[in-house]
Amino acid sequence: MTGHPLGRLVLQAVVPIALVALWWITSANSTSLYYPPLREALESLNEQWLFEQVGSDLLPSLGRFGIGYALAGLVGVGAGLALGLAPWLRRATSPVVEFQRALPPPLLLPFAFVVIGADNTGRVFVIALGSVWPVLLNTIDGVRGVHPEALEMARSFGLSPGQRVWRIVLPAASPRIMVGLRTALSIAIILMVISEMRAASNGLGFRVLSAQRSFDTAGMFAGIIVIGFVGVVLNGLFVLAERRIMGWYRGAQGIGV
Amino acid sequence: MAAAILQIDNLAKAYGTGPDSSPAIAECSLAVERGELVCIVGPSGCGKTTLLRCVSGLLAPTHGTVRLFDEPVVRPPRAMALVFQDYSRSLLPWLDLHGNVTMPLRARRVPRAERDELARQALESVGLGADGHKYPWQLSGGMQQRTAIARALAYQPEILLMDEPFASVDAQTRADLEDLLLDVWSTFGITVLLVTHDIDEAVYLADRIVMLSASPSVVKEMLPVDLPRPRDQIDTKARPEFTALRSHVFASIKAESQRPSGGVRGNGG
Amino acid sequence: MRVRVRDLAGRAALPACGLAVVLGAFELASRTNVLPRSSFPPVSDIFAELLRIAGTDEYRTALFQTVRGWAVAMGIAILMAVPLGLLIGATKVGYLLARVTVDFLRPIPSVALIPLLVLIYGTRPALKITLAVFGAVFPLLFQAMYGVRDVDPIAKDTARSFGLNGLQRLRWVVLPSCLPFVITGVRIASSIAVILVVTGEYIVGVEGLGRSVFLAQSGADYDQMYAYVVTAGLLGLVLNSVLQAGERRILFWHASQRNGG
Repeated sequence: MTGHPLGRLVLQAVVPIALVALWWITSANSTSLYYPPLREALESLNEQWLFEQVGSDLLPSLGRFGIGYALAGLVGVGAGLALGLAPWLRRATSPVVEFQRALPPPLLLPFAFVVIGADNTGRVFVIALGSVWPVLLNTIDGVRGVHPEALEMARSFGLSPGQRVWRIVLPAASPRIMVGLRTALSIAIILMVISEMRAASNGLGFRVLSAQRSFDTAGMFAGIIVIGFVGVVLNGLFVLAERRIMGWYRGAQGIGV
Repeated sequence: MAAAILQIDNLAKAYGTGPDSSPAIAECSLAVERGELVCIVGPSGCGKTTLLRCVSGLLAPTHGTVRLFDEPVVRPPRAMALVFQDYSRSLLPWLDLHGNVTMPLRARRVPRAERDELARQALESVGLGADGHKYPWQLSGGMQQRTAIARALAYQPEILLMDEPFASVDAQTRADLEDLLLDVWSTFGITVLLVTHDIDEAVYLADRIVMLSASPSVVKEMLPVDLPRPRDQIDTKARPEFTALRSHVFASIKAESQRPSGGVRGNGG
Repeated sequence: MRVRVRDLAGRAALPACGLAVVLGAFELASRTNVLPRSSFPPVSDIFAELLRIAGTDEYRTALFQTVRGWAVAMGIAILMAVPLGLLIGATKVGYLLARVTVDFLRPIPSVALIPLLVLIYGTRPALKITLAVFGAVFPLLFQAMYGVRDVDPIAKDTARSFGLNGLQRLRWVVLPSCLPFVITGVRIASSIAVILVVTGEYIVGVEGLGRSVFLAQSGADYDQMYAYVVTAGLLGLVLNSVLQAGERRILFWHASQRNGG
């Protein structure tokens, strides 16, 4: 059963299908406030999220997430390259970096709300600052792990320092950078949602919480499903992008395609 | 004549089943006598390792039987110990040398005092008597392979199976380990079945050389080695008989690796 | 001896300078109103406030509740995920059955559950613990699954050739080989658990440091708000270094710990 491709496909699909079916059946006649019928949640999903709230809530959320995550990526890789290549700078900044990394990112929210304001800028700031650390630290590790032989080879062929960073250091560090970006992605999504749960007027987090407050549990479940869907899609896009960019690495590691 | 303790009859092994199966060993029969040191050589990729895995009971053959002391081998038998080529993966990095050597004994519930003594003797006999508290990754490759040999010796086997045991170390260490093996072989009086691709090594160590053909393998020739013992890296290898044996094996294997293998495969496909 | 003292002083000098520069810059920025002093008080005021409240019962309770939430969540997540992950990873059928499900559930942001959990638990500690368990389970499960699949086949063959039975192979070879993976999982899960525990406190109002931050923020007592934020950061530092020290002790034999330290 495990040998045949069709058998494998069936096995892989069994549990997810069973879980959804179980949800559907057990909730069908439920009158519990916490556990509305899945059918009602899907109806509510259809009414509210296709496509009325896409423009009013989903897109603003994704916009803030996109800008914040892109900033985290750019700043994290840039600063990580600098700190990875300059040991003295890395040592000088280590206490601040360690503290910031250890600070639970949700607690950036009060700072952002009080100092910057509870607006788009404040939320983007929190998403960016909260998710930059895994990128930064993994980039540093990646840069430090570059083989000295590769750099010497590049010097012997007369590559300038800038070319060495661009052609040797960055590609060699890229597997680690990808690991960092992946961790940052989950943190950025968390921050996107919770930054909208306080002092907000739109967004996914705002919408699910206000549905709950007005005891619209079907609408709340619809929102939860949308957030889950957003998480799965963003992760899927990341995996696709990683496969494209890191094709050489998988080949070199013998992981296969 | 000593009695055969290991008896391999008509052994064949193919990987996979049906039309996709690829034969590794076509037919192999071999008897090893008590106290003998037998080396198996063959062209690269000829299924030497597969043969050894079948003999050790780690892999079930497609056809044929392996018998140790007249008992069929279906799982690794108690009277057999295995030394792998890749010592860095076969030694456990979280255990020190003493822990590595005693691990199989602890699993067999040998009392502590006894297994400590066995480990001490075994490490002593491979020249690592003072290093029991060190970890494998603190040692050179040669010392790691000595540890693997000590682990096998402490297990007190009747027969030692070795799969290219010296292929991953440098030339000087290799010569040292070969002499170490001859030394423990004669001290402990055990039987050794060793797979190698190195012709010099086979001629230098063996009482008898088994030459395998290219895959799918058959036993191509059995060659007794009558060089006097104790053997010596310089004197033995300088003897004309050594050179003659070596040339013979070399020619035989070279002919083997130039043989077009398509004809044999054609029948299977 | 003297050389070692100087060495140590030399090593600590640069980080100390860096820290002093950053703290000084914040202090100055606030005192000169570059950062609005009304919303970002000088660092010295924040630390003075931290020292003042550090002795109070409220402070200790908040700190204790956060640590407790983290510890309970980690305990539950480890007990749930590690055995299950080992089991799934050890069998081919189990792996195939679970893979798609795990791959699908893992990226679902646990914070999506907050509204549901509020309905069920209100502001009881069970809310933040459930949230943190949901977030921490998946990295642990994932790492344990891959840990089992990564056990070196030669190490397993070695154990088999010496006649170890299945249980003995598990005890002597499989579990120790998985340990580096599981410990990495613990490290990832721990930082996620801290995030989610504090989220439950700050967003929903479960007792703990996060709620104390929110209360101070609502009362516009910014000295105190930042004092609690700094406390949470220091707590994160302590948890990180405890985990790191534990990792170094347990995995002294693993390649990641051997060179460089």
